[in-house]
Amino acid sequence: MIIEIGHYALVLALVASLVQSVFPVWGALRHDQRMMAVAPPLANAQFVLVLIAFAALTHAYLTSDFSVLNVIENSHSDKPLIYKISGVWGNHEGSILLWVLILVLFGALVSMFSRNLPQQLRAATLGAQGWVSFAFLVFVVFSSNPFLRVAQPPMEGRDLNPMLQDIGLAIHPPLLYVGYVGFSIVFSFAIAALIIGRIDAAWARWVRPWVLVSWVFLTLGIAMGSYWAYYELGWGGWWFWDPVENASFMPWLTGTALLHSAIVMEKRDALKVWTIFLALLTFSLSLLGTFLVRSGVLTSVHAFAVDPERGLFILGILMVFVGGSLSIFAWRAPLLKQGGLFAPVSREGALVLNNLFLTTATAAVFFGTLYPLVLEAMTGEKISVGPPFFNLTFGPLMVPVLLMMPFGQLLAWKRGDLWGVTQRLALAFGMTLVAMMLLAWFMGGQNILAALGFGISFWVIFGALWEIVDRIKPHKVGWSKAMHRFVGLPRTVFATALGHLGVGLTALGIVTVSAYETETVLTMQPGQTRDVAGYSITYDRTWDQRGPNFVERVAEFTLRQDGMVIDSMYPSKRVYNASGRPMTEAALHTEGFSQIYISMGDNTADGGLVTRVYYKPLITLIWIGALVMSLGGLIALLDRKLHVGAPQPARKSATARARAASTPAE
Amino acid sequence: MAGVVLAAAAGLVLFALNDQIVFFQSPSDIVEKQVPEGQRIRLGGLVEDGSVVHGDDAHVQFVVTDQVETVAVAYTGLLPDLFREGQGIVAEGYIDANGVFQADQVLAKHDENYVPKEVQQALEDSGHWMNEDDGSYAAGYAKD
Repeated sequence: MIIEIGHYALVLALVASLVQSVFPVWGALRHDQRMMAVAPPLANAQFVLVLIAFAALTHAYLTSDFSVLNVIENSHSDKPLIYKISGVWGNHEGSILLWVLILVLFGALVSMFSRNLPQQLRAATLGAQGWVSFAFLVFVVFSSNPFLRVAQPPMEGRDLNPMLQDIGLAIHPPLLYVGYVGFSIVFSFAIAALIIGRIDAAWARWVRPWVLVSWVFLTLGIAMGSYWAYYELGWGGWWFWDPVENASFMPWLTGTALLHSAIVMEKRDALKVWTIFLALLTFSLSLLGTFLVRSGVLTSVHAFAVDPERGLFILGILMVFVGGSLSIFAWRAPLLKQGGLFAPVSREGALVLNNLFLTTATAAVFFGTLYPLVLEAMTGEKISVGPPFFNLTFGPLMVPVLLMMPFGQLLAWKRGDLWGVTQRLALAFGMTLVAMMLLAWFMGGQNILAALGFGISFWVIFGALWEIVDRIKPHKVGWSKAMHRFVGLPRTVFATALGHLGVGLTALGIVTVSAYETETVLTMQPGQTRDVAGYSITYDRTWDQRGPNFVERVAEFTLRQDGMVIDSMYPSKRVYNASGRPMTEAALHTEGFSQIYISMGDNTADGGLVTRVYYKPLITLIWIGALVMSLGGLIALLDRKLHVGAPQPARKSATARARAASTPAE
Repeated sequence: MAGVVLAAAAGLVLFALNDQIVFFQSPSDIVEKQVPEGQRIRLGGLVEDGSVVHGDDAHVQFVVTDQVETVAVAYTGLLPDLFREGQGIVAEGYIDANGVFQADQVLAKHDENYVPKEVQQALEDSGHWMNEDDGSYAAGYAKD
């Protein structure tokens, strides 16, 4: 019964989305109050309906209702509770339903928090959002229905892929989807602006919170995915340039560009058409990602079901939205008034460079991701475009971005003084050199490229923080007055500093681990000790034990440094009862920002154990950097002027702020 | 400025494409096309039954077959969880002077129902692809 209610709610939501797709937009074009007014209640109703559907499916998983095909295929009554819940989206149908749930959640949030928006813009935005939810609800109802029943329910389910039976599944997909799907709102705002044919700085101010929320979640989602792959796949890799990863990384890159261009638009009323274009592009790339991951064109752990019909369906959605939005753009964008011009050496000039490099880098990643697919479709020739390609193309494009970041932070709006900024950054540059030499010496220093990488990373780190020092000037006004100023700094200063600091930390982690990680494969006998990266690792014993729905062989390793025991590590190999699938669980030991990673292999004939030991220096900085970036994004969201429901600010305050920003603090 | 950056990026992409992409080959391709020694390729096929030999310090040798030709593979490291004789795998590496494929990476399927697409294609091409029916599924229950 509950399943049927869920199914019914989903169909009702589909109808609601159809109505929402048509009338609000029509009303916005004809200035018809009544038609525009249907949008908010419909958006709320859709959210409630999809929530009911999602709750119904969750209920089926919790009660192990094996009359539902989706539950049979992906669940088992022995599965721990947490995986029964996360298993709801650990399959194709459920994950698309989660996608839709988040989509309509954003629709409802817009309808709730946008009372101060001009009515036309609000209605057209919700209308465009209706198009997206209509397309995906059609997909769910007609080709990915999670509520199908079977005639003769089996006693047991077939269990969830062991690789997905991890806390990562509870965290990574929801975070990533909020990021992906959040950009749909930005997309809808852009479509609405094009439909209405009017756009101004206020538009950027309304859109920026949605960009920020989506960006923060996408950052966290990608970082979580990376860490999950790192500890779960057992080979210690944190990024593979796998098409599935690129699928989430491309919208992140353009989303980052959008975040910056929206600032220019808000502050200087410039880059309007470009910002609209980025908004359309970012969501288009999110859709492309959904297509790549969900259609089965790629075989990976993410592609749950390979069903050509579904692939074609998503491809259809993708083409309609990309083609449609670009057509609307080509048709309406010339109507938008271009903003003012500006000097190349200025804050906005630096942000344009940021955009240029980020979008070019996106293009390189796009090319490398799709080229093998296109080549195979055209010629049948199979190639693999792997990490070397991406490192060689993406890496060099990021270097100028990183080098410019500290300058961008300090340059004034309108007309910047490059020489003045260079002088102000001299001390940060000196600190960079010292830190670089210290770290290179500490790591054993023959690697010139790594040392340069350290230098660039420290430059970003110190440069990011330097803006704060430069504004409070402790060396000139004394510490107490500087602290006073510190407290009074606008939140956006901290947001930028943390955002950039995060990038620097991530870069430092990447450079260090790429240059200095070690991998050792050993066959060890019980009681034997080997030295790896300054640690002595002793293999003590193995034993078998039972888990809730698996049996595992656990190995015990003792980690010593200078003769002192510092940790015991327990990697294991599991076999899951229901599916009989094996799964290796690595063991991690964190020391400072570095990690020791042990993964166990098979037993050899003479009773030894094949063991893989990695030393990963500073690797956790990669994810800590992402957390710091997200924190920066969150602080930017707290900025009062951006408050979603904030009263419409007068034109004056924006110019006043621009003026304040253009005069460097005293 | 934009033109310069785009041109530089295009140059990088072309250079990297020339240098860094890896072609996929089946054992038959390797025998027929005489893949040059030392060139990086991806080899796909089935692990031949009874061919896996474990040596010292995680050194493994096995034979990959597409049921027509075979290639001997040497690899040092941990094999993926789902590596088994008779299963489809993809190995990346190069052919050495003795005609042995020196793999530095071995990929196996992610789950029970997965055969790497390239492997399936290679087997289809050599006429040895069988569509196995999943018995447990068909016997357990009927779809609505």
